[in-house]
Amino acid sequence: MNTPSNRVALFVTCLVDQLMPEIGVATVRVLRRARLAASTALQPGSGQGATRGLRKAGALGVDFPAAQTCCGQPFFNSGFRDEAARLAKRTIEIFEEHETVVLPSGSCTAMIRVEYPRLLAGESGWRDRAQKLAAKTFELSAFLARCRASFSFREALRIMYHDSCHLCRTLGLRDEPRKLLAESGCEIVEMAESDRCCGFGGLFSVRMPEVSNAMTAEKLRQAAATGVDVLVTADPGCLMQMRGMLETADRKKGTLRIEHIAVILEERTR
Amino acid sequence: MSASIPQFRNAARIAIENADLQSALEGATGRFRTHRERALAELPGADALRDHLKAIRAATIADLAEHLETFERNAAANGAQVHWARNAAEACQIVTGIAQSHGVKMVTKSKSMATEEIHLNQALVEAGITPVETDLGEWIIQLAGEPPSHIIAPAIHKTKEQVTGLFERESGRPIANDIPTLTAEARRMLREKFLEAGMGISGANIGVAETGSVVLVTNEGNGRMVTSLPPVHVAVMGIEKIAPTWDDAAAWLALLARSATGQPLSIYTSVITGPAREKDMGSSEVHIVLLDNGRSGLAGTPYEEVLQCIRCGACLNVCPVYRKAGGHAYGSPYSGPIGAVITPLLFGTTGYNRLEKYEALPQASSLSGPAWMFARCGSICPGC
Repeated sequence: MNTPSNRVALFVTCLVDQLMPEIGVATVRVLRRARLAASTALQPGSGQGATRGLRKAGALGVDFPAAQTCCGQPFFNSGFRDEAARLAKRTIEIFEEHETVVLPSGSCTAMIRVEYPRLLAGESGWRDRAQKLAAKTFELSAFLARCRASFSFREALRIMYHDSCHLCRTLGLRDEPRKLLAESGCEIVEMAESDRCCGFGGLFSVRMPEVSNAMTAEKLRQAAATGVDVLVTADPGCLMQMRGMLETADRKKGTLRIEHIAVILEERTR
Repeated sequence: MSASIPQFRNAARIAIENADLQSALEGATGRFRTHRERALAELPGADALRDHLKAIRAATIADLAEHLETFERNAAANGAQVHWARNAAEACQIVTGIAQSHGVKMVTKSKSMATEEIHLNQALVEAGITPVETDLGEWIIQLAGEPPSHIIAPAIHKTKEQVTGLFERESGRPIANDIPTLTAEARRMLREKFLEAGMGISGANIGVAETGSVVLVTNEGNGRMVTSLPPVHVAVMGIEKIAPTWDDAAAWLALLARSATGQPLSIYTSVITGPAREKDMGSSEVHIVLLDNGRSGLAGTPYEEVLQCIRCGACLNVCPVYRKAGGHAYGSPYSGPIGAVITPLLFGTTGYNRLEKYEALPQASSLSGPAWMFARCGSICPGC
């Protein structure tokens, strides 16, 4: 029933695949419910061409290329550029045949959109392929912000939103996730320093565990200060880090629920 | 000083477990951060001005040798004596030599990261000369025997209770634990030193090439006392602190205090153009020590950009790692994001060995890898 232009490919990411598969399930459900805006007002800039084919689409179909692995970010951030380049090329080979790629992760999206073209800039043949994939790869909330989801409003939900480093600064996405959450009936209460790092930082949390934990504790203190019970983020890494501390040190007093944006949107579009 | 991974983690752990330090650090950096945001929001065209200053800094560093020679020529024409120091040892030798040639026993100092970098106080003490820091924060850490933990607020890790203890030890009598009393006490104790000193030592925020002038910004007025009361003034300036013209210096000054503390200008902006003329206030002999200490070796390398830094400290105040680990973990007078970058470059050896003593510093970022320009520090930097 779906033509190829009605389909997006899901890059589910390592953390979701290995640790939080419910985010992957929610992402697929939300995508299947989404419709592209009819009189599409696509944002100017990269990626416009890639979604053009989807304009007249109905419900989206989601493909899952099963060969997908890691995007290579842990290698890249640690200075292992050759190893990162191998994974970048593998990811390009797997996803380049798809018209649109969506990830429920700001940090892996930033790797593909921003770092792949630079990482492979010196390799003729790969440079263009990296740029093409970058242009049609979208973080989930950036993609959904261009779609029209049919929301069934339920009771209002007061939430806080944590801006992950890669999402808000590398990808420049501050408004899109907030807009989606607001449209689904969430009331966003801004916490202090919503764009302050949660303490994760990938391998940083392993190499500098004391500092990492202190940063997370500070984040949770700033969250607690608002008195709101739900903290939403669009990055599985931040979610894992913050939830990890909440579920260990803070288990007894905690009424805070920390959730991925896909899970919140899935709940509110049922 | 060094920063191996165990050293960094251990120093950070000590800082994190110290509730007083955490509260002082979180509060002060948070205030600097919000004040900076407000100051830039109130400045029309702030982003364009930042781009303008970055362009000035990049162009200046690209032609640094020429600008330095212009500076030297004009400073000498004003009657200042210009010295070139290739490294810390040479700089210390020059400064102690000037003091000894005047028979100086005690010097007052205004805040200077360049003199922290070369460990000048230690060299002075070894030469039998007593250095007295007169910037309140620098004096506090001198009394505590500690290195600075922030580029512009060296005692940021201290609480007023700890300061009270240090002042009581210094004055030999009990002092009330409130800030007006503490500052009044510091003023009383330091005033004697200002009058007694045979030489004043300062840093230099900017060296303006077209007039050979040294610009100093302070908030306490101590910089003026240090550079005008004693008969001899020595300014130690990193060679990258050059502004070719006064227009360039004006853009720099418009962003320096705003980025650092959120002030439109610091309380005092002093310009020293040679020794005092007839009827002028000021030192009758002025020396300027131009400090290389690893800087010129970065010219033409991929790291050249770090020479554009104006030492405002804004990157420290937004850094989530610095704000928990504190400055001492970095094993360098320069801490935080800029410290993590320039410390191995300036004080390490060469090539990959640069990191031998500072292996923790590339890891002192939760947004590691080449993404730093998307980190909070990179996104607010006024210099590079």
